Amino acid sequence: MHLKGTAISKQDLDSGKVLFTRGDPHAHYTWDTGIGIGRYLEGLRKGKIFGTHCKKCNRTVIPPRAFCELCFSSNIEWRHLKDTGVINTFSICYVSWDAQRVQTPYLPAVIEIDGASKGHGILHLLDEVDPKLIRIGMKVKAVWKRPEERTGAITDIQYFKPY
Amino acid sequence: MGTKGKVAIVGAGMTRFMRRAQETPKELAFEAVRAALDSAQMTLGDIDCVIHGTAPDAFDGIHMKGEYLLDGSGGWQKPYMRGYVGGGTGVFAPIQGWYHIASGMFETALVVCEEKMSSCQPHPQGAFLTIFDNMTERPLKPNLLWIFALEMNRYMHTYGIKLEDIARVSVKNKNNALHHPAAQLGKEITLNEVLNSEVLAWPVHREMVSPTSDGACAVILASQKRAKKITPKPVWITGVGWNLDTSYWTNRDLAYPQYVENAARMAYKMAGIREPKKEIHIAEPYDPFAYKELHHLEGLLLADKGQAPQLTADGVTARTGNLPVCPSGGLLGVGNPIAAAGLMKVCELFWQLRGEAGARQVPGKPHTGVAQAWGDLMQVGTVITVKN
Repeated sequence: MHLKGTAISKQDLDSGKVLFTRGDPHAHYTWDTGIGIGRYLEGLRKGKIFGTHCKKCNRTVIPPRAFCELCFSSNIEWRHLKDTGVINTFSICYVSWDAQRVQTPYLPAVIEIDGASKGHGILHLLDEVDPKLIRIGMKVKAVWKRPEERTGAITDIQYFKPY
Repeated sequence: MGTKGKVAIVGAGMTRFMRRAQETPKELAFEAVRAALDSAQMTLGDIDCVIHGTAPDAFDGIHMKGEYLLDGSGGWQKPYMRGYVGGGTGVFAPIQGWYHIASGMFETALVVCEEKMSSCQPHPQGAFLTIFDNMTERPLKPNLLWIFALEMNRYMHTYGIKLEDIARVSVKNKNNALHHPAAQLGKEITLNEVLNSEVLAWPVHREMVSPTSDGACAVILASQKRAKKITPKPVWITGVGWNLDTSYWTNRDLAYPQYVENAARMAYKMAGIREPKKEIHIAEPYDPFAYKELHHLEGLLLADKGQAPQLTADGVTARTGNLPVCPSGGLLGVGNPIAAAGLMKVCELFWQLRGEAGARQVPGKPHTGVAQAWGDLMQVGTVITVKN
């Protein structure tokens, strides 16, 4: 097999042996939050976590949604859930979103929210916990921003901590 | 399933996989297509339609990549399309090629998948932020390692799997890739070296992650009538399947890829495969991370739930084992130019089933194989079964 493809190195680029051009697209967006997530974020601003319940599927989900994607019906009820939950899974991550190494690890977790159906969680962060002591199944509670600091965003919850 | 015609793979080609290629995406696609055409002794004039696969535009910073890649893909003045299901694209694209021909509309189809991830600076990881939900997840600044680490941890927890069980996949695939002439990361590596490599996102270690890569692959498909005129050794596509689970990934069972099982069952039913463990000779499941090979072997019904690590420990999945898995070296060893990596697996089955895999040839004259890719937001399985 005769293979094509020319591997190049940083030196090839730095020395000018291989040329490149640059671009830096600045694309900015505003996203309307819609019916389901809009109400979810409105709840977070008030310090409350909402889910939606589909009567037909008997399933309470979070993040909430305007329609049940299983039975494909908009016949849903809004439910006020607790701001506590259980760690479904977690990681101890030493890399930032843009691949930089960090000394203090991020502690992302999927947290099953109390009041939602089993196995239904959200992505969020853990803190105020020794990473070595985090366990799947651990009970955690939301740590909220102060009311005046909340903007109606997932970050209105600063993180979850064991309780 | 109501399909009209049989479809064969009659040619395959690829470029080297590398961290950064001098070639542009178009040039990479051209080289893979040229190699595939040459392998089948065909010209572009023999091609009725072209299917292109490539992952998110954000890596290249080039909008409408399908249009941009048209010329390198050989799509000039032909029925041409771009197919896309994230990381699952590399096996999805040949599925699309399959139904272009099985429908009776075309006699031949060229399928080319290309990825050039190195353009994204300082690291393509930054582009992955945009795959997460824009309102409920992106503000938390997630990176791609998170979802793999979260899924791997849940998988290990559910079945009591140890790190060394997973590290064995890296050892196997990186050593397999030593024999692949296009490989980026083939190397002799020991279990301890994998386990002692840097922790990126616990439980994911550096040597359990595939690299970012540039590269391209292509295959040529033909109807039964045409295939027999093109080559005495066609490799038949016997089954295709694809399936997507909900995009609410934090609501899913992260320990088991049900959507992969659904896709596999669709392909096996079409292929008449009732006992995949006995009837499949070679498997090329998607292995961007070491645990994913195990996860996918279970989804493909080639191992019972939680039992894929034991197959690996027992040597069953070694190149010389009863069920060789990723004899190519996989994404962990050959590299992971996303869409091209999935199609590389289909190329590997083509070469293995024709006895053309050289130093990495699986012994025992294999007759059947399955290739699978996975992607979008951890929710799509794409599956192809083949036989010679």
